[in-house]
Amino acid sequence: MKIEFLFWRGCPSHPEAHELLAEVLAARGVQATVEEREVTTQEEAEQLRFPGSPTIRVDGRDVDPAGAESRPALTCRIYYLPDGRPSPVPTREQLKEALR
Amino acid sequence: MTLALGMKAPAFDLPGVDGENHSLDSYAGAEVLVLVQSCNHCPWVQAWEGRLSAVAADYADRGVRVAAISSNDAKSHPEDSFEEMQARSTAQGFTFDYLYDEPQSVARALGAERTPEVFVFDRDRRLVYHGAIDDNRDETAVGHHYLRDALDAVLSGQQPAISETPAVGCTVKWK
Repeated sequence: MKIEFLFWRGCPSHPEAHELLAEVLAARGVQATVEEREVTTQEEAEQLRFPGSPTIRVDGRDVDPAGAESRPALTCRIYYLPDGRPSPVPTREQLKEALR
Repeated sequence: MTLALGMKAPAFDLPGVDGENHSLDSYAGAEVLVLVQSCNHCPWVQAWEGRLSAVAADYADRGVRVAAISSNDAKSHPEDSFEEMQARSTAQGFTFDYLYDEPQSVARALGAERTPEVFVFDRDRRLVYHGAIDDNRDETAVGHHYLRDALDAVLSGQQPAISETPAVGCTVKWK
């Protein structure tokens, strides 16, 4: 299983997302290397189709496919909780689903 | 450099999403003026904007006025254009003024770095609180209501017990 963790340091969301991902991986007993990549320029964001920080992909598939096609940008990414409230990090359920 | 506690609010005259211009002088009647560096696109702002609306509504009859200001570059972040600001204010039913600082002069004068980032000015328009709205983006997990506590203190003639906290959020998008 290949897990990519893309982030932009200008957004404060990635530490919380990283911690959440580690918790979910541990809880599911998944042994996988998380490939971290810092995105630093708009050009890189476009090359990597990076819709905002953080972006997490499992075997190339975004944990939030609905948000994956947003305009590439050095920005904070918006996720949505089941009740519709915005969140700067994916939900635990999104990560669990992606790791199935 | 961020405005220091005790410093005066910077002068401004900015267009609001209500179609009116809003200046520092136009808030002269307010007991307390809250300026919030804000924007549309940031999830951290979106997580807190409902609580900001609640604060503006809850304290309005005590003479508190709240103005959110977006200074973000709408070229790099089109979601933060004035038209999008108008649309979001209507859609979300903002109870606070929402102003567009296209020249980014107010953000520079405040020394703002993040969205959202709160600046509370007392009757003399001196800065008495700077930082976060509260201590958790998740409204179900808030322990300290920094902004509300600061307003309660100032309205009762006291200095806030906590006058500075780290603002957590997106960076201001400079041109």
